[in-house]
Amino acid sequence: MIELKEVTKEYSKGIAALNGVSLKIEAGEFVFIVGDSGSGKSTLIKLIMKELDPTSGTIIVNGQNLNRLKHRHIPKYRRTLGVVFQDFRLLKDRNIYENIAFALRVTEASPRVIKKKVPAALSLVGLAQKYKAFPKELSGGEQQRVAIARAVVNEPVLLLADEPTGNLDPTNAWEIMKLLEEANDRGTTVLVVTHNQEIVNEMKKRVITMKKGVIVSDEKKGGYNNED
Amino acid sequence: MRISTLGYSVRQGVKNIGRNKLFSLASVATMAACIFVFGLFFSIVMNFHNIVMTAEEGVAITVFFDEDITESRIQEIGRELEKHEGVAEVKFVSAEEAWDSFKGDYFGESADLAEGFKNDNPLVGADNYEVYMKNVENQKDLVAFAEGLEGVRKVNKSDVVANTLEKANKLIIYVSVVIIAVLLAVSIFLISNTVTMGITVRREEIAIMKYIGAKDFFVRAPFVIEGMIIGLIGAAIPLVFLYFMYGKAITYILEKFSILNHILDFLPVNEVYYYLLPIGLALGVGIGFMGSAFTIRKHLKV
Repeated sequence: MIELKEVTKEYSKGIAALNGVSLKIEAGEFVFIVGDSGSGKSTLIKLIMKELDPTSGTIIVNGQNLNRLKHRHIPKYRRTLGVVFQDFRLLKDRNIYENIAFALRVTEASPRVIKKKVPAALSLVGLAQKYKAFPKELSGGEQQRVAIARAVVNEPVLLLADEPTGNLDPTNAWEIMKLLEEANDRGTTVLVVTHNQEIVNEMKKRVITMKKGVIVSDEKKGGYNNED
Repeated sequence: MRISTLGYSVRQGVKNIGRNKLFSLASVATMAACIFVFGLFFSIVMNFHNIVMTAEEGVAITVFFDEDITESRIQEIGRELEKHEGVAEVKFVSAEEAWDSFKGDYFGESADLAEGFKNDNPLVGADNYEVYMKNVENQKDLVAFAEGLEGVRKVNKSDVVANTLEKANKLIIYVSVVIIAVLLAVSIFLISNTVTMGITVRREEIAIMKYIGAKDFFVRAPFVIEGMIIGLIGAAIPLVFLYFMYGKAITYILEKFSILNHILDFLPVNEVYYYLLPIGLALGVGIGFMGSAFTIRKHLKV
């Protein structure tokens, strides 16, 4: 599903955010990427999203070599991904229904498909009743659930979550992780960047630990101790 | 592209105007100011051009004939002159008509002074054609053509008037081009700045669209439609205002400067608006389109 070969990303000459990183994630896996601030986790997500280009090395996602992906083909590639951010990134001037429908509209889905898929996605995250609400009328946990509904509505092959529980209390954080795990159960590969030690240690998934731009450990059913 | 996608883009473009009221208002005001100045200048140029053209219509060359010329040859020369592409009108003036006209112009109210000539026309043999040109710039060609005709003794022309009008015409064209170019550049710059302000506020929205796989067109379309609508409204307001002000301004000028009434031949507002309305609206929409399309391009690389 995801393969990085000797990937280096330098923002300015000589300072590498990622330094010769190689890793392989198979389809259907649930993987945590953990590490301190500045360890290169977010850079890794941005490279997989093709928001950044690597300084050197190769990135292959779902059989597609991102180094060769042209600018005009990026939208089509991103439609195969679902992305969830720490700060939810919902369109504030549109209601919940419109926020999710938007992800389908960009794929030029027909109005019939939109009418069918949006309520289904909202039901999946338990917000079917609140489809008319605007983001500011929802709690942080609810907003993140909307973000997950938007991320899964296109049935992506890969779900990227960058600190999805960073702004949430423990109860809401667990609900979000449950939703991500359910998406994984439906066959979506899930990649979660997080600082949340409790969640990582409890869920017993594959854990890739990063430090100063390199992978320092990669464990099948790993844990995370951020006091290292 | 699906019709529903296009419909969605148009709806979003219209909604964006309401969502960003202040920005929309600022853009409309900027556009209105630019189109107002343009409309004002356009009306002045059109009228000035009309005054010059009217003056040009009165400029003619005079073609005199050999003394022994026959009546039929005179008619032939008339037909040949009429066939020339630069000729607007050919008018035969007999020696008697020439003398009557001269008397009127020269002696004026003291017509009795001309009585001394009685029936003795001093302009005998001065039958001629007055040839009016379509464009005063053609005078040189036309004079050469007339002088080359058999039976033509002499061609009178007014170099000073023709040259002055020709220069005035060229000056109007050059000044128009320069001022319109400056106005357009200023308008695009102002609109681009206002659009930049609006886009900066919505940078996050654009980034979200791009993250979830929106094509550049999909992101750009509502902004461009918004720009075009703002351009249309921004152009329509000053055009309506100018339409009603035009008549009042002309009445005012004619009252204040009544001495110039016979020189200033103003165009009716409908004649000016026959050109100004489509050009002004197209400019508004065009500037709105370019201002938003070019500005948003910079923000699409996410």
